[in-house]
Amino acid sequence: MAKRPISFTLNGTETGIFVNEGQNLLEALRREAGDLSPKFGCGQGTCGACTILIDGAPHLGCLTLAEAAQGRSIETTSGLADGPDLHPLQRAFMEGFAAQCGFCTSGMLMAAKALLVTNPHPTRDEVIEAISGNLCRCTGYEPIVDAILDAAIRLQGRVA
Amino acid sequence: MIEVHTFSQAAEAARTPGHILGGGTLLMRQVNYAPQTIEKLIRVTDPELQEIRADSTGIRIGAGVTMASIINHPDLSVLAPVARAIGAPALRNMATVGGNLFAPHPYGDLAVALLALDAFVIWSDGREEDMETFFQGRERTRGMVTHVVVPRVQSGQLRFRKVSRTRPKGISVMSIAVYLPGGSLSGRGARIAFGAMGPTPLRAKAAEAALENGAMDASGVAAACSVCGHGLAPQDDALASAWYRNEVAPVHLRRCLEGET
Repeated sequence: MAKRPISFTLNGTETGIFVNEGQNLLEALRREAGDLSPKFGCGQGTCGACTILIDGAPHLGCLTLAEAAQGRSIETTSGLADGPDLHPLQRAFMEGFAAQCGFCTSGMLMAAKALLVTNPHPTRDEVIEAISGNLCRCTGYEPIVDAILDAAIRLQGRVA
Repeated sequence: MIEVHTFSQAAEAARTPGHILGGGTLLMRQVNYAPQTIEKLIRVTDPELQEIRADSTGIRIGAGVTMASIINHPDLSVLAPVARAIGAPALRNMATVGGNLFAPHPYGDLAVALLALDAFVIWSDGREEDMETFFQGRERTRGMVTHVVVPRVQSGQLRFRKVSRTRPKGISVMSIAVYLPGGSLSGRGARIAFGAMGPTPLRAKAAEAALENGAMDASGVAAACSVCGHGLAPQDDALASAWYRNEVAPVHLRRCLEGET
């Protein structure tokens, strides 16, 4: 099967890869671009572990055709930290014990980032809505919601 | 996978077995798990697919418009609660109007509202088709829907209720859309559509007829609810049995007619 070249911006870096016909973007990011931060959970759009931002908006990597990413700007959890400095969301998750097994965490972080960029002062209900497509089987969600609200306070005056 | 740029190229490509890719939320699941069942994926890049334009017939919505775009568009505030009931934010950034029209049971909540609103679809050859005719022929369809035209209605004239097992998000046990031209004052001219109560969204015409005498009081609503299952054809699935769906449909229709959310 012929591979096709595509190029996009991945966490601010121009990236070019070859993708297979019908390959999903999650697989392309993990296998071809070497970014293992978005996770493969269900492959059906149910769990949200593969949530990434495309042009700033949350998308499900497993249900996005890789070729549709041509020319787009993609953000993953790999791009959150600034060198050794964790992003306020990551710090809030870590300090608030919002990650247990950690498998949902990267999807949760990207869904939360998308929320805080458009709505820097969300209510609890808005946070719950924002992560309603992300399943967590460990925490019972409460520490995650608390951590996102905490990050919103930490981010005050800054862009998420 | 083939990529085409215009509607006529897409219609030509769809003459032989293949699937037109919308947001991918249903089709990519199949590609991921059973790629051998997909003969051909057709991706259409015509920017007209993304347009939302008001004209004399109503609001013209491109088949590639996403649920998120519906929520954010000032002319589509009537449909916003329906789009918001579909999936979570990431999914709503992907799922399209065109995909929703072809979504198999139990998906396709927006299509239920479009049926109640008496919208019509526009095919790539310019042909127009009302929603009921479209759904009747949906499984045999070859071609491409490029737009849906939704008549202009006032807020308060469309009621929508989605019944699911999990909150805030879940797949429909059923969804109900009711267009009430007289608002809460009159049932005359009402159009009631059910989703997940048959292979496609279906009108509950017996219930509509029961509302036709106009009364939206308790007895009028009860009369409509008692016959709402006529003409529906629910099926068993992992979410609910056909029996359960039939039993609870009148309860949810009553709540919908009474404006409960």
